[in-house]
Formats: sequence, C-alpha cells, structure tokens
Amino acid sequence: MSAYDGTGPEEILSVEHLGVRLGGRDVLSDVTFAIRAGEFTGLIGSNGAGKTTLLKAILGLHAPSGGDIRIAGRPRSRRNPLIGYVPQRYLLDADMPLRARDVVGLGLDAHRLGISRPSRERTDRIDAMLAAVDAQGFADSRVGNLSGGEQQRVLIAHALISRPRLLLLDEPLANLDLRSGHEIVALLARIATEQEIAVLISAHEMNPLLGVMDRIVYLAGGRAASGTTAEVVRGDVLSRLYGYHVDVLRVHGRVLVVSGAAGGGPDGQSEHPVEVLA
Amino acid sequence: MSVPLATVFGHGFFESGPVHTALTVGATAAIVSGTVGVFAVIRGQSFAGEALSDIGAAGGSAAFLAGVGALWGFLASAVGAAAVMELIGIQRPRGRDLATGIVLGASLGIAALLLYLGTTVRSTTGATVTILFGSLFAVDPGTIPAIVAFSALALAVIMLVQRPLLLSSLSPELAAARGIRVRVIGATYLLALAVAVALAALSIGAILGTALLIGPAATALRLTSRPGRAIAIAAAIGMAATWLGIVLAYDSFYWPPRGHGWPVSFFVVALVLMAYLVARLPAMVRRNH
Repeated sequence: MSAYDGTGPEEILSVEHLGVRLGGRDVLSDVTFAIRAGEFTGLIGSNGAGKTTLLKAILGLHAPSGGDIRIAGRPRSRRNPLIGYVPQRYLLDADMPLRARDVVGLGLDAHRLGISRPSRERTDRIDAMLAAVDAQGFADSRVGNLSGGEQQRVLIAHALISRPRLLLLDEPLANLDLRSGHEIVALLARIATEQEIAVLISAHEMNPLLGVMDRIVYLAGGRAASGTTAEVVRGDVLSRLYGYHVDVLRVHGRVLVVSGAAGGGPDGQSEHPVEVLA
Repeated sequence: MSVPLATVFGHGFFESGPVHTALTVGATAAIVSGTVGVFAVIRGQSFAGEALSDIGAAGGSAAFLAGVGALWGFLASAVGAAAVMELIGIQRPRGRDLATGIVLGASLGIAALLLYLGTTVRSTTGATVTILFGSLFAVDPGTIPAIVAFSALALAVIMLVQRPLLLSSLSPELAAARGIRVRVIGATYLLALAVAVALAALSIGAILGTALLIGPAATALRLTSRPGRAIAIAAAIGMAATWLGIVLAYDSFYWPPRGHGWPVSFFVVALVLMAYLVARLPAMVRRNH
C-alpha cells in the first residue's frame, strides 16, 4: 500500500509498523496509517501519547526502531523539501529583530550559506504567501510583538513557502483563543484543498477539528488507530486501543472519550475512575 | 588647526602613534563586537560572552606572565573555552548557573594569581589594569595585522552562516526540521564569539569586554526590526563610543588630577551605557503616561 496505487489522489505520507524507542522506552509501536494529497488529518491523543515523537520521526529527527516511513513513495530523508513543519507553539522573543516577512523569507532559503540577495521575485513570493494566510496586515511588524494567532499564521506561511506536499503542525491550537483557533483550522482546511497538500495536525482535543477532518489518527499507549472519524471514534475501537473499556459520548455535536463511565471491568465494576481522555 | 578643533582634539592628537593604533584597534573591535553581539543578544548568549571574557582574563594574565602579547592569551583561552563549553553543552540553561558560579569565579581567581606572579617577576603593576580594564593606548602596533585578520575571519564566518544562524536562533526546532545542523551552526557561532570577546578584551579589558559586545547590540535591537540594520547600527554605536572615548581620554590628561589621563575604557563603557539609555527613553516615557 506504500506506493501510489493509481486510484484517488497520490499517497503523500505512509507510515508502516513504525516503532520509536526513546531513552529505553517504546514511545510508539506498530503505528500504521497513510495520508493522501489534499487530506486534512487530525493526530489526536492525550499529553504524552507520542504525538510530537511521531511528527519528529516523520521529519527525520527521531530514528525509528522499526517499520518504515515514506514521503511521496520515497524513503524519508533529512531536509526533506516535501515537508513543512510548524513546531509546538511558544511565544517568539520580542527582542528578535525579524519582521513577519523576514520569518516567511527564511522559509525559502534559511538552509543556504552566505547573504540573501533581495529580488523582485523573492519579494513577490513572500507577499503572495503572506496574502494566502491573511497576514498582509502585519507583514512589516516585529514577530515578537504579534498575537499568538498572528504568529501562528506567520509560522504556517514560513512552512508553506517552500511548496511542501505535506504540512505537519504540532498542537497549533494550544494556547489560542476559540476564535483564533477556528480561523486557523478554516485556513488550514482551505490550504489543504486549494494547494493539494496533505495536512497532519496534532491536538489533544478533537472537537475543534471534527467538522474538517477527512481522517483521524488516534494515538493511545504508543499505538494508533486510523480511518475516518466514523470508523475510529467508536467505543469498541478505542477500547481495544487503550486496552481497557472506554465510552464515546456524543453531546451537542461534541465528542467525549471517557473511561470508567459505564462499568467496564470484567465483573461490571469500573477499574478506572471516570476520566475524560479526549 | 583652528582653535575650537584644538580644544576638542588635544594637542598632538593626530600626530600620536598610540592614538592611531587605538583608533584602528578600537574601530576593528567595535565592528566585530557589534556584529557578533547582535546574535549574542537574540540567542540569549550574553552569559557566554561574559564567561569567555572572564576566562580570557586568565589567558591574558598567563600571556603577561609568559611575556607573550596579551592578544594571544585572550584569543587562545577564549577559543579554547568556547570549545570546552560546546563539548560540555554549557548552552543548556541548567549548565549556565553552575558555569557562572564555579568556572568563572575560578578563572578570575587564576587571573589574580597570574597577575600577582607577573607583577612580582616583572616588577610592574600596570599590567593588572591593562589586562582587566584594558588600555587602547597600550596596544602594541605590531599586533594590528593579526587583529585585522582575526576580525575579518570572524566577520566572514558570521556572514557565511547568518541565515541558518538566524533561523536556529528563532527556533532550533524549525531549523532542525529544515535540515540545518543546529549544533554545528551553534559551535561555529561560539568560535566567532570567542574572537569578538578577545578583541573587546584587548580594547577595553577582559572585565569590561562584554559591555562593547552587548551594549551596542542591545541598543540597536531597540531601534530596528531588521537584522542587517541592527548589525550596522550596533557597529556604528560601538565605533562612535570607542573613538569618542579615545578623544575624551586624550583630553582628560589635562583634567584633574592633572597629568594623569582617565582610562579610555571608562569613557567607552559610559558612552555605550548612555546610548542604551537614550534608545530606551521613548519606551520608558510611554510607560509612565
């Protein structure tokens, strides 16, 4: 299944039986899923489930202990121009003497040595990218002075300007207010469709992504279940993944994954306290 | 020379050999410090600059005891210290506290011993002040070619790695994801920092060197949001402060106590501080309204 099978859009990312060991501990084991061009995929799991580890393994920053990762059918490599990445959010330093457009420009040629030559073509490309993420309004502001949502747009533009086929985002919605979060999700969904890019976005909460996810990769205990939300977000599938009984509750169009709610132990008694898992 | 100019530039200022040397060395050190300093500030590595300075003090003192030029002592110890810092990973915040507390104190202690031995053996006391607090007028003009060569090297290195260095400073993760060898870039930068620190130590002394490295850069970063301009402004401020400092120190020969010029380093550091305060003024005024 790793190569393009001729039906539907091209497979951009395929992860097969991936295992990652860090510090003598299996953080991921036997993780298998695939993403096609134009698909918006949510990587869902609680803190410590291995989301960041998986993204870093795809980036080539963690070596797998087993299995295989292929990008557009080819083995992954360091500095893969097909991948764009937005790391877990942190506030950029206010001392950083960079305007939003400089950060986007670094996405074009930061790996090169020597001094960058300003050119008409370079400026036009940066302007077009800033427009694509609705960031023209603060293109010339210092990045450290921008709001969280604005910085997020700049970092997305930085990741996209080198025209990757796969965009990885690590918890882009953490620390964003609800409205900025909605705007970022809508922007990413639009970019996935318009630019035929595969988007993989990690989150510990799936609800903000429910309306736009084409596919979900659910991580728990270092293992993964993937498919459409209808296929994955089910009590039986997630119980098998967690290794104990969990319930999926749908309340007002929102989904809650809960452990220990309805007597899951062998004798009908709850083995785990009631806990919202996702 | 017209009378007003003669009051600014003391008698014989332009004819003096030591003044020529001081102007050349001061300008070179200011340009390198400004350029390297901008990255030190945005990388949060002022501490590394201070560490290299203090270790440089020990190196400069050893050079004095051995009868070698102070430049070589500063350079060898700062570059050696930079290599050790890279090896033991002193960049990590946890390592910083320990390093500052133990290694830096020890370096100054060693400097104290070496300077004591040096002054005893050579029966001069001037070297202590020169090593710790610098004296641009005492620089041996024979070292100018070496100073210019090392400066050119440090500037070339910074220009070569500036883009990967900027991205690594903005976010090591983003840089690593783009295939940039963050550690190699960091180590390369540390070497340039060591050279800049050695030159600053030679100009205004090992203890005050960080002022020339960080002051102009911090000022420039308040004034512009563009890295290229920040470097140009930092170099200009550093150069203005050293040159003006040299002029004032030369004039101070006629100030009280008469016949003893004030140290150049004092003027340079005071001017750097003034520039920083002036650049901060608008923000401070805004906050009070």
